[in-house]
Amino acid sequence: MTTPPLSSANVGADSQSITAAPPVLVALAGQPNVGKTTVFNLLTGMNQHVGNWPGKTVERKEGTFTHHDTVYRLVDLPGTYSLTANSAEEVVAREFIIREQPDVVVAVVDAATLERSLYLVAELLPLPAPVIVALNMIDVAKQEGVSIEPDVLAAALGVPVVPMVATRNIGIRTMLDTIEYLVGGDAVYTPKIPQIRADHQEVLEAIEKIIDHCVPDPYPQEWVALKLLEGDEEVTKMMRACLNAPQWDAVYDILRAHDDALVAVASGRYEWIGRMIRAAVTRPRAGQIGLTERIDRWAAHPFWGLLILAGILGLTFWLTYAIGTPFQEALDAYVVSGLARLATAALSGAPLWLQGLVVDGAIGGVGAVLTFLPILVIFFAVMGVLEDMGYMARAAYVMDGFMHVMGLHGKSFLPLFIGFGCNVPAVLGTRVIESRRARLLTILLTPLIPCTARLAVLAFLAPAFFGRAAMVVSWGLILLALAVLALSGALINKVFFRGDRAAFIMELPLYHVPNWRTIGLLVWQRSISFVKKAGTLILVVSIIIWVLSTLPGGDIESSYLAAIGQFLEPVGRLAGLDWRLIVALLTSFIAKENTIASLGVIFGAGTGSGLLETLAETFSPATGLSFLVVQMLFVPCVATVAVIKQETDSWRWTLFNLGFLLLISWSAGVAVYWLARLFGL
Amino acid sequence: MATKSIVAPQFPASTAVETVPLSAMHAGEQGVVVRLSGGRCMLSRMASLGFTPGAEICIVQNFGRGPLIARVRDARIALGRGEADKIYVKR
Repeated sequence: MTTPPLSSANVGADSQSITAAPPVLVALAGQPNVGKTTVFNLLTGMNQHVGNWPGKTVERKEGTFTHHDTVYRLVDLPGTYSLTANSAEEVVAREFIIREQPDVVVAVVDAATLERSLYLVAELLPLPAPVIVALNMIDVAKQEGVSIEPDVLAAALGVPVVPMVATRNIGIRTMLDTIEYLVGGDAVYTPKIPQIRADHQEVLEAIEKIIDHCVPDPYPQEWVALKLLEGDEEVTKMMRACLNAPQWDAVYDILRAHDDALVAVASGRYEWIGRMIRAAVTRPRAGQIGLTERIDRWAAHPFWGLLILAGILGLTFWLTYAIGTPFQEALDAYVVSGLARLATAALSGAPLWLQGLVVDGAIGGVGAVLTFLPILVIFFAVMGVLEDMGYMARAAYVMDGFMHVMGLHGKSFLPLFIGFGCNVPAVLGTRVIESRRARLLTILLTPLIPCTARLAVLAFLAPAFFGRAAMVVSWGLILLALAVLALSGALINKVFFRGDRAAFIMELPLYHVPNWRTIGLLVWQRSISFVKKAGTLILVVSIIIWVLSTLPGGDIESSYLAAIGQFLEPVGRLAGLDWRLIVALLTSFIAKENTIASLGVIFGAGTGSGLLETLAETFSPATGLSFLVVQMLFVPCVATVAVIKQETDSWRWTLFNLGFLLLISWSAGVAVYWLARLFGL
Repeated sequence: MATKSIVAPQFPASTAVETVPLSAMHAGEQGVVVRLSGGRCMLSRMASLGFTPGAEICIVQNFGRGPLIARVRDARIALGRGEADKIYVKR
């Protein structure tokens, strides 16, 4: 093990004068659910930046903090159970440590599941950066009857161990002092690095001998040998390129003869952990049942669990409508209309087109972004609370069976369900899904969940065509959307992911009281990120659609948009749609509610009951049904498209999704139209 | 040969002890993991979550169908039935 370069920033009081000195680099590592985020937020507060790791859709959080006049740069590594290349997160975490060689790695472990938590530490110790173990949640461990002696553990591991309760700010200062001590010149750091189980020692040495001097910098040779033995895909690929043919063949022969070595390496780590904690941990009496398992008898029960989930979801939507909708209306009435009035007054002397562009185009777009916010904040907060409390995993557990049909697993349920409120937080909410494939599939399916706005259009228009049967037709259309979702899921899964199902294995964390600071920061970051990224796109598209619907003559009936609608009419005719209905669909791209407003403008009938009568006189029920079907399955609003692009980080998948939705909405429209005609509607 | 090395040293493979898949155990039952089967990726994930030969296991919930919950190394892990079929346990 090499000692990492020590940062020159750490020279005590005069560090402020050395402005050019790079800050001390600290990486924060830890398994999921160990309170790593709490530690990160506690240290950096608002001094943090959220982005993505280059080329990956893995969230990267970075921040700075100051301790004794030294500036520290803190990088939050993704939460992972191990450092084997099973997922993008694991690769990101270990590549960062190996390539950037942070001055210190703080490994947060959960005292209540110490044995399992230390598995990551066993993987971190062989890497070229000194480790501090932050023994978090000692209060929870105590409640569970586990008592741990940190000093004994530190002596056994050979690395500093800092007991802490991050949620109550206990132990953080000691941790900072320990970081300072470790980056200071005279720290003694002698970790007891875990050894492979004795029966595989010789094999490891044999591999090391072959790859000697062939391992590319800065990878530690012994670590590479171990990862080869574990069958790590990335390391195997790397070494295959670095070794010559006879060397690779020799390595390959050894690996093939020991394809069970993965389990030996993992057991070796747990045996090492066992030795580390035997002296330091006093276990509770066997058979003691904690609060978490008592709650889970209900919350994870196949029947009661579903009822509880239904109750929580009901409450979420009640909250949305009780708090979010009035806020939304108030924003629209006071802020957006106020802005529009101000702009109109300010531009009173300006040409009409400029007034229109600013008031209807730009402010309309800003309004769309603004009025989204109350709903978003509520959904982000609810998702955050459920995740932080530990309930999210239970919701996934009880819904797993249903989701399997679509090639998804339980974790996709909650984001999809949130989609009934609004597709935007649903897409953003897919971040809870670890499997990249399952996450992508969930994102692609989200637009098929009818959101509040689509449902409002459905509820408004259905009576025009179906009178008393409107209720039945509406429910039928919602079921149709869900059936299309299930079928599309199964289809996309089969075609693009060759039908392999994500393995369902996940931790059910201990329940705990939500941490408001963590949730507050999460809501803040997500909302800001939405306004910044999606906001721009929404604004641009709003202006484009406004221009298309206004030029050249100033009214929508003779606009370019109408011309586009007329151009598309031959295609629409197959589904019974004329250019006016097509234009209404196109304007729904800004916001789904626009469908009604556009129809009102085109038919010069406002958006009241007059419009309903006009529509009923103009179109046959078959056309009406087809229009509603297309409306339900059509491409989502631009805000949703913006977050789909942001979360998939791929224009290809985003465009595929739009194309796919256009195709199925139109096909379903055609099918429904001709079926309805057949039945004489 | 190959199976021998993945058997926990303190519990040598023996035909006398009853080995059952995790999915066949009832709630409240305890056991020790003897063997894991499955692809490399799956084995690696299971190991990182605490399932290795020699690990003590307690079934928290198993209704005979659908996923189940097991306690291993003080953590509660939810497993699909397919995944639980691949973990062999000595009662």
